[in-house]
Amino acid sequence: MIDQQTLERHGIKPDEYDRIVSFMGREPNLTELGIFSVMWSEHCSYKSSRVHLRTLPTDGPQVLQGPGENAGAIDIGEGLAAVFKIESHNHPSFIEPYQGAATGVGGIIRDIFTMGARPIALMDSLRFGALDAPGTKRLLEGVVAGIAGYGNSIGIPTVGGEVYFEPSYSGNCLVNVFCLGIAKATDIIKGVASGVGNPVYYVGAKTGRDGIHGATMASAEFDDKSAEKRPAVQVGDPFMEKLLLEACLEVMKTDALVGIQDMGAAGLTCSTTEMGSRGGAGVEIDTALVPQRETGMTPYEIMLSESQERMLLVVKRGREKDVESVFDKWDLHAVHIGDVTDDGMLRVRHHGELVAEIPNRALTDEAPVYRRPMARPEYLDEVQQLDLDSLSDRDSGGQTLLRLLSTGNIASKQWLYRQYDHMVQTNTVNLPGVGAGVVRIKGTDRALAMSLDCNGRYGYLDPRRGAMLAVAEASRNVACAGAKPLATTNCLNFGNPEKPGIMWQFGEAVAGLGDACRALDVPITGGNVSLYNETDGKAIYPTPTIGVVGLLEHVDRVLTRRFAHSGDVIILLGESKGELGGSEYLKTVHDMVRGVPPSLDLAAERALQALMVTLATRRLVHSAHDCSDGGLAVALAECTFGTAGIGAEVSIGSVPVARSPRINAAAALFGESASRVLISTSTDTVTEVLQQAAKAGVPAQVIGETGGNRLRISVGGDIEIDVAAEEAERAWSDAIGRSFVRRVA
Amino acid sequence: MKFAVIVFPGSNCDQDAHHAATAVLGQQAELIWHKDSDLKGADAVILPGGFAHGDYLRTGAMARFSPVMREVKAFADRGGPVIGICNGFQVLLESGLLPGAMLRNKELKYRCEFVNVRVEQTDTPFTGGASAGQVLRIPIGHGEGNYYAPPEALERLEANRQVIFRYCAPDGTISDASNPNGSLHAIAGICNERRNVVGMMPHPERACEPALGGTDGLVILESIVKAFAPA
Repeated sequence: MIDQQTLERHGIKPDEYDRIVSFMGREPNLTELGIFSVMWSEHCSYKSSRVHLRTLPTDGPQVLQGPGENAGAIDIGEGLAAVFKIESHNHPSFIEPYQGAATGVGGIIRDIFTMGARPIALMDSLRFGALDAPGTKRLLEGVVAGIAGYGNSIGIPTVGGEVYFEPSYSGNCLVNVFCLGIAKATDIIKGVASGVGNPVYYVGAKTGRDGIHGATMASAEFDDKSAEKRPAVQVGDPFMEKLLLEACLEVMKTDALVGIQDMGAAGLTCSTTEMGSRGGAGVEIDTALVPQRETGMTPYEIMLSESQERMLLVVKRGREKDVESVFDKWDLHAVHIGDVTDDGMLRVRHHGELVAEIPNRALTDEAPVYRRPMARPEYLDEVQQLDLDSLSDRDSGGQTLLRLLSTGNIASKQWLYRQYDHMVQTNTVNLPGVGAGVVRIKGTDRALAMSLDCNGRYGYLDPRRGAMLAVAEASRNVACAGAKPLATTNCLNFGNPEKPGIMWQFGEAVAGLGDACRALDVPITGGNVSLYNETDGKAIYPTPTIGVVGLLEHVDRVLTRRFAHSGDVIILLGESKGELGGSEYLKTVHDMVRGVPPSLDLAAERALQALMVTLATRRLVHSAHDCSDGGLAVALAECTFGTAGIGAEVSIGSVPVARSPRINAAAALFGESASRVLISTSTDTVTEVLQQAAKAGVPAQVIGETGGNRLRISVGGDIEIDVAAEEAERAWSDAIGRSFVRRVA
Repeated sequence: MKFAVIVFPGSNCDQDAHHAATAVLGQQAELIWHKDSDLKGADAVILPGGFAHGDYLRTGAMARFSPVMREVKAFADRGGPVIGICNGFQVLLESGLLPGAMLRNKELKYRCEFVNVRVEQTDTPFTGGASAGQVLRIPIGHGEGNYYAPPEALERLEANRQVIFRYCAPDGTISDASNPNGSLHAIAGICNERRNVVGMMPHPERACEPALGGTDGLVILESIVKAFAPA
């Protein structure tokens, strides 16, 4: 009955099928095979990544909940927990950008409130093909509208994020969505089913045929037939989710719940299995009792549907009325679809007739784990070669600066974030575009800073160092807001793991991620892996997107990158080494992605970040901005933006990296050495800042002062950049919106 | 004094309005569920922002059928002060408490940012503390804030001085460039003929604390508090 074709359609390899048969002691029926196929899919089982992920640091006194639950949680003091996670929705967003992105937002929000936390912030990390490539506009507009359509409606502010445009993503856009919520530390709820005879409830949207095999789709490469997978993308209803959010948080206050889990990837299958597995119990349901919005649905379809906005609850027996009455208030109807059992089986009936019976363990703990072969890809030797002496650059530093400021990767992201409600809930302390997202926590003096970062080019040129640099940058951005970085979440976007070169990239990146998180003391509390980001055999750049969350004990110590006063002294913390490998300069001016990414000394990075927190806490600085894409010159320009015309006059040393003095000047201005922060401080605190830096062992150098309405930078005594701050800001401010207008015209 | 903040399913600025009324202004406020039919003795009613009933059909269109709206109407008919903010404004339009309708923003995109509005009239309970011509910097956040009314209705609004706020530049001048959504006559807020019901698209509750980047919204909520302060 189960033939070769059926197995292929379910993405099950012959040896995996043998494994299924040996677990079951018989051939599975089609419903059972469907259940195995989604639970053993890469997306749900992490079968290729698990052996690597096990090496990551996940402990620390600040960690209340590490990986394995719906989301991670950390202690942020005053009895409160921050619950957060990032997840990918890459494949669905490429196929149907609006709904793919919208349901990505909906899914991560459910993961957060499922833990008993009220979501208070969203961020997104997005990757598209080149800004002027065909298809980019459609995907970007659709994804942004989808994020806005869902997040705005449900009333959770989108407070930050990042977006990159790079040809490597033209066949596979990346949509990684982060959500953070707040709960009382003692009120965190888990996704467990336990207590024999406790009723299992279904609540939320009705089940339809949408999204069947979404998890399987996310576990395969794209080809020219991928558009046919559109029916596997779900449709979101933010209003329904808003009701679910409020109703679930209200139900959680009744103490009538044993556990709760959302139905995300692999829907009812995943939630029943995982809840049973975590609680050491079994779950028995009858699919005929599941509310359905289409007629004639089979148990197979009901179990595999990925219809959105659905929750599964295990209720304490005898407390059913308490739960039902809350949902009734919100015009949602909780339906009793089954019960908890003690035999560790997932048992599915349809009108009472047994249609599937599988041990939970077979679907979860015993899912296949692969130690896939890894091999260093050959392209690396070639692309890591960078001969700076072969480059020539005739443009002035000022011309290059304006050019860099108007690239999609560096330009203002206002075109995107203006479409997101970033102020609802009235907690947003730092509006988007000034550094890390910062939200206050009402009822306390505290605030949380958060940042998403990754440079895919670095990942391509050296996946290990690329991952380390991503952690360092996200954490540094948080520290630049004045917050102490506490923990990390990650979304690992890679190509097809069955290729040894890709698997090597993955292994390297995870190793770098672990090293950086250990060194910076930002353990990983959860995340998500997205593999098979390939189209027609071409993989994306390795893109380990990192989210770091940090704590400000006093919200009034928060910093932004903007210069605050004229006449302040500008200090560079850290060292400029003129590193151009993988830089935006190299790509924009010389059209190459080459060399090795900037070096990173994790101990120096940690000292720098600790110093930033000290300086902010003691109110010794007026602004802080990390130097990353586009280097020091771009960072300085950004410090002047939004200040109503506070310019800067700065003098830095030349960095000899090549024979050409032009290239040396470019390296000083646009090199992307890590572990650098630009701060501004008043003249009477300069000495103290420098003393603090010396004490922390962080190189610090006065490089100029704020004021005037121009941005003037000299390198080794020669003026390289002299542009009106306003002109620089104009180049930067609406480059993304402008690029669309140009293409239409 | 005591505010009633109406909570529709899909409201999402109800807590923000409640926070502004209580934690910032130190007044009492009660969240009133849309199925209730009792305003609990409130002195003023706030219809908050959000997406009431998902804004399905049209923005604010379903909310007028919520049971609580009968009470809000009766309260307004008695001369009680009512303010609708953003989606609350849309609900007031749909329920006929204010004239006109909302179209999609001229650029067809949701828009969230600080804008400037000029106070046009000060003889409403929500602008009594402001001065005519005062420019307030207050955030907007909407996809359908493009105010429309037929020419005669618009004329009547202007003749009766019912336009309370207009989008403007920081110096108070009005132009297309300072109009974020294409509203006719740059209308950001209006009142009814009796002047006790006010609707506005900008969110004053988002600009009440220095930590959030501005306090220009305070004058609107303080106006109503002053109106109820014992002489």
